[in-house]
Amino acid sequence: MNPKTPRQQWMATLARASRDEIATLLGALPEHEVLKAPETGTVMVEGRAGGAGRRFNLGEATVTRCVVRLPNGRMGFSYALGRDHGKARLAALLDARLQDEATDGELAQGVATLAARQAAARDLASRKAAATKVDFFTLVRGA
Amino acid sequence: MYVAVKGGEAAILATYDLVAEARRGDPAVPEISVAQIREQQALACARVMNEGSLYDKDLAALALKQSQGDVIEAAFLMRAYRTTLPRFGSSQPLDTATMAIRRRVSATYKDLPGGQVLGPTYDYTHRLFDFELMEEEGQSAIDSRQSELAAADDCRLPTADCLDATMPRVPDILGAEGLMETEEPPEGDPRPFDLTRDPVSFPADRDVRLQSMARGDEGFLLGLGYSVQRGFGGTHPFVGEVRVGEVAVEFVPEELGFAVDLGDVTLTECQMVNQFQGSKEVPPQFTRGYGLVFGHSERKAMSMSLVDRALKSRDFGEAADYPAQQDEFVLYHSDNVEAAGFVEHLKLPHYVDFQGELELIRRIRREREERLAQERDAMPEAAE
Amino acid sequence: MTAQDMISPGFSDPVFQSQAAFRALLAALSEPGTGQRVAAEIAPPEGLASATATALLTLADYETPVWLPAALRDGAAGAWLRFHCGATLVDDPAEAAFAVIDGAADAPKLSAFNPGTDQFPDRSTTVIVQVAGLEGGAAFTLSGPGVPGNRRIAPQGLRPGFTAELRENGALYPLGVDVVLTHGDGLIGLPRSTRIGEAR
Repeated sequence: MNPKTPRQQWMATLARASRDEIATLLGALPEHEVLKAPETGTVMVEGRAGGAGRRFNLGEATVTRCVVRLPNGRMGFSYALGRDHGKARLAALLDARLQDEATDGELAQGVATLAARQAAARDLASRKAAATKVDFFTLVRGA
Repeated sequence: MYVAVKGGEAAILATYDLVAEARRGDPAVPEISVAQIREQQALACARVMNEGSLYDKDLAALALKQSQGDVIEAAFLMRAYRTTLPRFGSSQPLDTATMAIRRRVSATYKDLPGGQVLGPTYDYTHRLFDFELMEEEGQSAIDSRQSELAAADDCRLPTADCLDATMPRVPDILGAEGLMETEEPPEGDPRPFDLTRDPVSFPADRDVRLQSMARGDEGFLLGLGYSVQRGFGGTHPFVGEVRVGEVAVEFVPEELGFAVDLGDVTLTECQMVNQFQGSKEVPPQFTRGYGLVFGHSERKAMSMSLVDRALKSRDFGEAADYPAQQDEFVLYHSDNVEAAGFVEHLKLPHYVDFQGELELIRRIRREREERLAQERDAMPEAAE
Repeated sequence: MTAQDMISPGFSDPVFQSQAAFRALLAALSEPGTGQRVAAEIAPPEGLASATATALLTLADYETPVWLPAALRDGAAGAWLRFHCGATLVDDPAEAAFAVIDGAADAPKLSAFNPGTDQFPDRSTTVIVQVAGLEGGAAFTLSGPGVPGNRRIAPQGLRPGFTAELRENGALYPLGVDVVLTHGDGLIGLPRSTRIGEAR
């Protein structure tokens, strides 16, 4: 996979964040225009036969999207699994603001904190799984 | 044929009230919440997501609550809801090699790279009731259990490192030796067939079969998979690997032109390894069956991979004598919403149909009696 | 970014607005020749009538390739359609599920679009023809399913020979394209099943 751009990274973080987390980070709602009102639809999830072979349709997943525009013309997008319309709008606003902000700005740092929290949760889950790692050994019969 | 019948509105409305009452049960018992079902009946939710062909844990939990735990009714609710949603597009094909592993076992290699991870499994339980679960947990009990868990985390987890970020899929290990049937995208990596958009025709290609089984009934596929093992479709399967965990779903919106990570879905993947005698063109090698499903659903993924291999019999020039090897049989009968609809419609009014049958049987009997009477009339002289 | 700056909003209430527009399209195609109106107040991109834009917002999505005249495709209308509908814009009229043409332009002819196949006649192109007016032009009569007796329409600004094209299209039945004439927020449906009478 290609390395992700900073924007792809924050969109991924926002997709996994809760509405409350995003609302806290964004603070007061900036002035904006809604280009695509929050809408729930589906994305057909594709797999590959054997993991690497022919593509096939596994089934759909609910996805909610929203597109906003700030008065300066900057557009913000959000696409995330689930059906949370409030979250979609807030995440789209944050996406627009982040594009205008310096990489070490307040919002960028806030998103980095969210990303670190998500990574820590993933690591904890991984270490819990690793605690069930086993070495099976074969008993030699008739020895 | 069945004919529309009018009337009965009041009676039908009254059934809604009775259903609501039955669903609620004894009002003295606290009502169950959707969040409780989502968190505490996650395996049932996974089945509803698979057979409803829609990944949404909250909706699956709501469907189970609304259907009083009837899984097929719940899947039906998911399917009906799905049809009301616009589709934004198709995801990038999932890369299960990057799965955040919660469980991963292989029956073919004990020392596989990345390790065997038992994860949350019932495999090593004794199937004895845990009567403590009968007790209603008070808040204090929950609190003390949580602090116990936290303490356990403290003492045990620091010693365990995180699992590898990428774990090779087991068949790929055999593939490296050339002993395994290769699994590559066909020329041009075409968009897969979608049976929710286009009618299926036979023989069905592998993409159609896999999509159909992914949304098929777990019990039906389990039975078919079992039939294969018992000799109704001779393969000798090994679980190359079963893995459970989270995988990111990526989608490229037309207006953005780059991949957006939508979040993670929980998946179960099964790679079944089977013997193959070889043919004139192909030397003896292992062949594969594949299963991929939503949520933690090992039985379903394994059954799917057994039937996937059985359905490949035609591709390998094997005889296709048994039900599990016949795509038309498997695909037309694996969808439990369709099957339930056709079976259960039998209880709807067929009065005109049946009147016709009744007429027919009366006429046949009348004619038979007349014929017998004529024969009797003709008989006496012969008998005397 | 420049194309995106031009993009005006789509539906503010996608569910109800698209349902209302769908109803209008359904009425137009089931009662050919009757004037229907789309009520959705959207700001269409340059080059698309409000009825055309509303119809596309309602019907087009990522699974329906759309054909537009080159000037529209490369301008604001193309960007708008890609943004709101996720639709791919195709060069070959025969690949289109929906198409927008200018009624006065010489090309493409209706026969350039996909008439469907014997197995799937429903997979034909729906052609939206933008005209200079839905009334006040040369009149012709319609008959067939959804028309009690005859119905008379007189759209303005259709190219010479357009009624002959409609007749040829009708002769392909059950194949053939379905046509929707649009102007402003009004539209008239001319499905393949409609027979075109003499100009009067």
